Formats: sequence, structure tokens, C-alpha cells
Amino acid sequence: MPVIKDVVCSLCGCLCDDITVTVEDNKIMGVKNACILGHSKTVGVQTHDRIKTPMIRKDGELVEVTYEEAIDAAARILANSRRTLSYGWCSTSCEAISKAIQLAEETGSVIDSTANVCHGPSALATQEKGNPGATLGEIKNRSDLIIFWGCNPIHAHPRHMTRYSSFSRGFFTPNGRKDRKMVVIDVRKTDTAKRADKYIEIEQGSDLLLVTALRSAINGHEAAIPKNVAGVSKAEILGLAELMKNSRFVSILFGMGITQSRSKYKNGDAVSSLISDLTQHTKAIMMGMRGHYNVSGFGEVATWETGYPMAIDFSKGYPYYNPGETGANDVLVREEVDAAIVGAADPGAHFPQKAVRHLARIPLIQIDPYPNPTTELADVVIPAAVVGIEVEGTAYRMDAIPIRMKKLIATEFKTDEEILKDLIVKVRELKRGEVTCQSY
Amino acid sequence: MSELLIKNAVVCDPIQGIDCEKMDLCIRDGKIVESVSSNAKVIDAEGRLTMAGGFDGHTHSAGKINVGRSMNPNDARRNLVPGLSGLEPHTEKTRAQVGYNTPNTYAIGYRYAKLGYTTICEAAMPPLTARHTHEEFKEIPILDKMGLTLFGSNWQVMEYIRDKEPEKLAAYIAWGLKASRGYGIKIVNAGGGEAWGWGKNVSGLYDPVPNFDVTPAEILLGLGEANEKLCLPHSVHVHCNNLGHPGNYKTTIETMKLFEKVQSRRNRQSLHVTHVQFNAYAGTSWRDFETGAPMIADYVNGVNHLTFDLGQLIFGPAVTMTADGPVEYANSRMLKEKWSNQDVELEDASGVVPLVYSPKSFVNAVQWAIGIELALLVKDPWKVMFTTDSPNGGSFVNYPEAYTYLMSEKKRQEIILGFPETALNRMVLPGLDRELSFYELAIMTRSIQSRIYSRPEKGNLAVGADADIAIYDIFPDAIDPSVEHEKVKKAFSATAYTIKGGTIVVKDGNIENTPMGRTYWVNATVPSDIECAMQKDLDVKFQKYYTVSKSNYMVEDAYVPKPVEIATEGF
Ligand code: SF4
Repeated sequence: MPVIKDVVCSLCGCLCDDITVTVEDNKIMGVKNACILGHSKTVGVQTHDRIKTPMIRKDGELVEVTYEEAIDAAARILANSRRTLSYGWCSTSCEAISKAIQLAEETGSVIDSTANVCHGPSALATQEKGNPGATLGEIKNRSDLIIFWGCNPIHAHPRHMTRYSSFSRGFFTPNGRKDRKMVVIDVRKTDTAKRADKYIEIEQGSDLLLVTALRSAINGHEAAIPKNVAGVSKAEILGLAELMKNSRFVSILFGMGITQSRSKYKNGDAVSSLISDLTQHTKAIMMGMRGHYNVSGFGEVATWETGYPMAIDFSKGYPYYNPGETGANDVLVREEVDAAIVGAADPGAHFPQKAVRHLARIPLIQIDPYPNPTTELADVVIPAAVVGIEVEGTAYRMDAIPIRMKKLIATEFKTDEEILKDLIVKVRELKRGEVTCQSY
Repeated sequence: MSELLIKNAVVCDPIQGIDCEKMDLCIRDGKIVESVSSNAKVIDAEGRLTMAGGFDGHTHSAGKINVGRSMNPNDARRNLVPGLSGLEPHTEKTRAQVGYNTPNTYAIGYRYAKLGYTTICEAAMPPLTARHTHEEFKEIPILDKMGLTLFGSNWQVMEYIRDKEPEKLAAYIAWGLKASRGYGIKIVNAGGGEAWGWGKNVSGLYDPVPNFDVTPAEILLGLGEANEKLCLPHSVHVHCNNLGHPGNYKTTIETMKLFEKVQSRRNRQSLHVTHVQFNAYAGTSWRDFETGAPMIADYVNGVNHLTFDLGQLIFGPAVTMTADGPVEYANSRMLKEKWSNQDVELEDASGVVPLVYSPKSFVNAVQWAIGIELALLVKDPWKVMFTTDSPNGGSFVNYPEAYTYLMSEKKRQEIILGFPETALNRMVLPGLDRELSFYELAIMTRSIQSRIYSRPEKGNLAVGADADIAIYDIFPDAIDPSVEHEKVKKAFSATAYTIKGGTIVVKDGNIENTPMGRTYWVNATVPSDIECAMQKDLDVKFQKYYTVSKSNYMVEDAYVPKPVEIATEGF
């Protein structure tokens, strides 16, 4: 049986590249090394429901059509729209993302990624204070203090702790977990917290207070710290600050618990300052625990192609950026866009009600391998091949390391990249020629 | 077959020793040829200054520039050099453009082409992230590209040097270049990247690297010798230790002296020292800081084994980005600026910090002077490559402005007038009256690159060379660059024509065509037994310490769509 080694798992931001997959007769027969999430995604290509053919909504029902018809219908929506939202693109390849950006540029659309509802504030924090980070191997080889803040890798990134952090063995940490201290800061005792040496429970939404108190302690301003901050005692704060200063290499790994809680990007901004202060005493780095396997990739590609990582508005012909004004939810809640194209994402399930209501009212194009609540709202549905299983391409790990995902089995489905290329050609044709209006 | 005839060009081509002579240039299928048929398309240059396409031998245009972009969305809107910065909507022929110091990929291609440049060398790529550099290369239109691979704090390198295994070291370098599709060896603050893994630095050439029992001097020499053993087209490309510290000119000269021992295997330097402006500081602190350029120039004037580039400063906003992690942290603390850092496992470290150079700051004024002093005090222009270390000293879009500093004493004096008193006795520039000719400028911006990168088809207009050509709207007979600096600046800011591989890419300052450029990389062969032994060591590194498997580490063909493989045979 053909065995494919060093396969890259395309589920979470860990992008584990040591998966072994057995393939026979173009079927995935076995998956080794992946965690339960990765395993389920890889075999899911065959077991989960797929969108079987392209569809167009007619009289309220989605009816099956050819790729050509669906692309033609989608292109008409785009060509007729005065302001389109293009959203998602974090569970696909950088090659497809690049084409989605080109399509947005051609059509004067707003384009945004799923970071809009997860680590978008981390990108803002980088703009404010920078991002003192490292690759995951630096944590593996050097880090003797690992702090998980507002994240729960046991469930969200199941192999993070064994491959890259707490349990991994590295050059200067040959004994793995024994060579490291593990601290979890969270609002509840998660399964990750249960495995920590120290669990610090903080009050909901008070992360900024705690970071500020830690900075005071590290910078020698103990007197400024009250008895209790964010529900944590001064003694405990001083203890943590000492532990940080006395460690050789401190890694602060943070999740949505801190990016999406009160103070939003100011939390990341403060952590960055904390790293800078700590570096006066020892080595320290920070890293966002990115969720979707290529949400980092969207940020990278968008940044080199447009100058901005997300929330890019092409209505002026050049990129304009003002998250809060040009984010996916901003333009939906303001009912500003009159059409939308969604790729490899599910705003129907994750966006606030008001935004979803507007999505339901406007012509909506969906490109995805799998049906999801967004399909229920879509007017044109175009099925795509699964990137990293049925098509190769680039993804960026949570630490900005690009890896080439492999193709494991052949497929009849078009790839995201091909669909987007076809759309660009078709939209150009329509814009140059007569554009007929159709109501969807 | 495509043919082009450029008539009445006033050609300045130092490689052929041609100094502003009127002649015709014949082009067929992207190359300069002896003659063309009567069907050839004709361009009448009408006596305009014509040079080979410019070649930027040290620029940061792909890879960590993206960190610079991600920290500074404000840069996207900056329009300090109208026509070459800021926001421009997409057109039928071009993608949308943004930025000044950190433009988007498309703008980098178009803007370099408008300046008459056709080739760039990205000066730093860690092998683990090389795929990213190539991804950006793919989206930079028009230009030919190459990247230098970082090896100066690499574990495998340091171990082979410590264990005195020069052959395995060379085999590893050959593999590393192949894995990263790199063109040559870059060393940044030798050993400092590893020290920065613990928040520390190395202070000089003989300070041991923590845990690896080697010194920066050993790393530099080891890599210098491996470079020659492999017969690589470019020499080692060195960012010296102690960058940015007052008094560092001594370390710079020490580094240069080290390489007196290294015999070049090709007809080129055995050492290239980069952005020397940042490494030519005298004094003991920022208080008594002064120029060290005369001492460096003195040494360089007496030897023949090295070349260097300037790292000229441009006043205004800049974004510093370097694999010298500790320097960037120090910058951010000193300037109270935002700071990004990226340590790359087993390989190197890097940092990014934005800043502003002001003529009112005596330190910045002296830094500005040092770059120009280096260019003017070193007698032989064939040792000097012009750069701003873009965007560290300033964005490449300011090159035309910087040329006028080199070509006009009057222009320099005008600028110096605005400096604080304290700056003036820290520099020697006010006493220098040398003014470069177009011929000398051509050497520094394209001819020296042809030689030091061993690319005979680049940087000249001889028969057989690539038809990469810049025609500037200047009539050499009718202009005095020492006084008409505004005219010079204007002409160099937007070519009358830029031709890339025989295709007109710029006409009257506008982008006409956007062909995809090539990527040069070096495939060095070493004896197979040594290669095998080295691979065994490498397997251990990947199994135990890297977080990416060996098979997923090599940059695949898909990332290098128009490759030019330069084969060399080592040992
Ligand atoms: S940790 Fe993430 S990338 Fe790794 S196998 Fe599990 S889901 Fe896949």
C-alpha cells in the first residue's frame, strides 16, 4: 500500500508535518501521528458530507448546475455589485488567497479574513508595539518557562505541547517537561490548566490589569501594585514576576481568551511591552496561538500584496485599511455591502445575528468543500477540492513558517485557486462587455 | 524572434571601458547582439545617457520586509517621493501600489524598474523561511532576483567549525544553498544570533559564542574558506559584529584584515562587507561619537581583497530590519520604538524597528556624512557598491537623491548647512570636494555588481549580455551634475526607457510591461562521500531539534518559476 510520509496536517495552526498517510485506490486508508482533530479532518474527506456539485438558488431552492454555470452566475453577481465583501480564506492555500485578493482588487471589494473574529487584535497589537517572537523550535530547544494565557491547547492545538512546548525535548531541554515550568493564566481551570505547575485564575476581562502589574514588578515598581489585581494576590504576582526574571527563556503563548476579551488589542500591546521589559533581565518571546491552519498565511500574503493584513477596502482602486470601518462585520452590520463572496469559512455560524441577517438579504457566493450554515444563505454554491489533501499549496504555521502541503489523492473538484482564476477572467469579460442584471 | 535597435544612445558602460560614447545597441531575443535585421523595432535615444540596467546588490525586498509592513500600516500611505511612493490604484497593466519604506511586492518591481534597475539581491534569508522569500519574489514583477542565505549563527556551521571539519562544512553550505535556493553566504553579526537566543550578544571577534565554543573570527574564516572551497560566484557577504556601536570601526578593520588570509578562487573579492556606514563609527559613546570613515578608507585603499557597500542614510522615516537581533532590541530601547523580533531555530535571529533620521540630530547628521565619506575617500570605485541598505538607511526610491550627494559638492554643502554645529567637527565631509562622474556612478550601481556576483551577463552592454538597459532623460554633454542636481535627480527617478531582457518595461516613466523575472540560485557540487557523511549529521538535527522535517524543508520547484541554476564544482 502506498505510504506517504511527512504529510502536513491542514487543520490547526500547528501545521504538524510528520503525519503518515496510507492511500489505496485513491482512498485514504490510514492516518498516523495526527491528533484526533487532524485525523478526523484527513479521513473526513471521504466520510463527511461534501458539497457534491455546484448549485444556484432558484425559487428559494438550491439546484444543481455545472461549474461553468455557477462561475458565470457568481461573476455576474460580482460584476453587478457596487460594493462586495470577500470573506474567509483562512482554510485554503496562499496561492488561492493571492487570487482572492486579486479578485477583490479587480472588483473594488472589501476583503477580510477570519482574523476579524479571532486574532485580528493581535495584528493591531503588532502595529502598536511590534511582535517579539520566535519560531516554535526556539521554544522546544530553549524555553524553561511556558505560559499559556487565555488559551487551551489540549483541545484547540492538541499536539502543541508534545511537539513544540511543554512536553517536547530540545537541545537545551533534553528532559522535556522536567526541564520546564508550565503556567496557565485563564478565567477557568481548563484541561490545560490542570497539567500546569501553576494555575492563575483571573477575573474575566482583566488581563490588561495583570500584565500591567507584572510589568510594574519586573521594572522594580512593586510599591505601585495594590494587594489584589484582577483577582490575583500581590504575592502571587510578585512570585510570577520573579519566576519570569529567573528563567532562561520565557514563552508567553496567548489565545483568543486575551485577544477577544475586554481591552482587545491593548492586551497584546501590553504583552509585547512586557516582553521588551523582561528582555532587560532574560530572554522572552510571545506568540499568538493561531487557530485555522492558514490564518497566518492570509495575513502574510495580504501584507505583501496590499500592505495590510486584513480588512482591506479596494473601492478606491488602491488598498484602504481601517479595521472598525472596513472589517467584515463592520460592513455587514452597517448594511453597506450589496453582495458577498465567502471562501473556506462559515460566517453564517460565527457572525453576530445582525451581520448574518444582512448576509441573508444580499446575493451570496460560497466556495467551500463542505456544506455549513452559510450554505443555507448562499445563492451560488461552488464546491472546492480540500487543500492539503486533494491539492497541494502553501500554508503558514502560527510562527510564520511556510510549509508546502501535499496532495494525497486525486479529485474531480476544482481547486479554490482555479475557481478564483476563472472568476477573475469572467468578471473581466463582463466588465468590458455588456453586463446584464439578474436578480439573485 | 524579437529584435530591437536603440539608436543614438550615449553609452556609459565601465565594464567595457565606454565612457559616454554615442553608439547603437542591437538586441535580439533578450540579448545584446552585433547586428539586427531591418525589421527590428527602433528606439531613438537621441543622445540620452544609456547604461546597463541597475543591479541592487544589497536590499531587503522580500521576507522580513513583511514584518516591517505588518508593524507599519502607516507606511503604506506615505508619499515622500511622489511618483515612487504612496498609494496608486491598479490599472490595466499594473496592480495597486502602496508604501514608501516597505512597499507592497508589486510596487517594489515597478519602482525599481522606473529607476532603471532590473536586478536585485535580497540580502538575508534564513533557510527555514526561504520559502517565504521566494513566495514574495514571485510577486515582485519585472526584476531578476537572488537571495543570500544566512549562515553566521547556524548550529551545524558552528559545530563543524568547532570540530574542525571544513569539508563537511562546505558540504553543508552547498546543501543549505540548494535547500533555500540561495545565491551565496550571508553572515550577520557572526555568532551574535545564537547569543541572542539567550538575550545576549557577542562583543567582538574573539568573544566565544555561548555553548558552542567558537568565536566570531573562527566563524568568519571558516565560512570564508568554505565559500572559496565551493568556488561560489559571490564571496561571503558580511554584516560585521558590533554594528551600530561607537568605536566599531576597529572591529570592521579587524574583520577585513582577517580575510587577507583567504585566497579567492575566482577573479573576485574574498570578502564583501556590507552597509559599512553602520560600522564606521569612532568615539567611545554616543557623546563623543564621530566618523571612522577615514580609517576604514585608509585600510581599503591599501588592499585588494575586498569590496563593500555604503548603507547611505536618507533623512526621514526608515525601517530597520536585520538578522542582528540584539542591535534591534537595543535600538528599540534607546529610541523607545516598537520592536519585532524573530529568532529562527538553529539558524539565526532577526529584528525590525522603525525610526526617523533627522538632520537636526547630530548623530544622524554624522551617519549621513559617513556614507558619503566612504564613497569619496575610497579611491577605486570598483571597491564601492552603492546602497542605502534599503530600507535600513532609507528606501531605495531615494537613490536618485543620494546620487546627487555623490555627484555634487554644492548639494552636500546645502544640506550640511542645516546640521547642528556639534555635528560638523565629527565628520570630514565638509573638506571633501570629490564629485563622481556618470562613469563612476555606473560602476557603483551596476558594473561592480556584475563583477562581485560573477554575473558577466549583468551590469554591462557588451555583445552577449542580457538586454537590461536604462535610458535616462539626460544629455551628458549638456549637463553639469555638480550644479544641476535637480535635473539629475529627476532623470534618474523615471527613465525614458527601461528595457528588461529586450522587453520595454518602462517608457517615459510609465510601466508598459510586467514580465516575470528570473531567480538565480547556486547548485554547488561536493564529493558524494562527504555529502553522505554530512547528511547523517543533518538527520540528527532534524530528528531532534528542528520542528519541520527534512523533506519539508527544501524549497520546492513550484516556488522558483523562472529559475537560473548556477552550477559550481567544489573542492
Ligand atoms: S495539532 Fe493541529 S496540526 Fe497537529 S495534528 Fe492536531 S490538528 Fe493537525
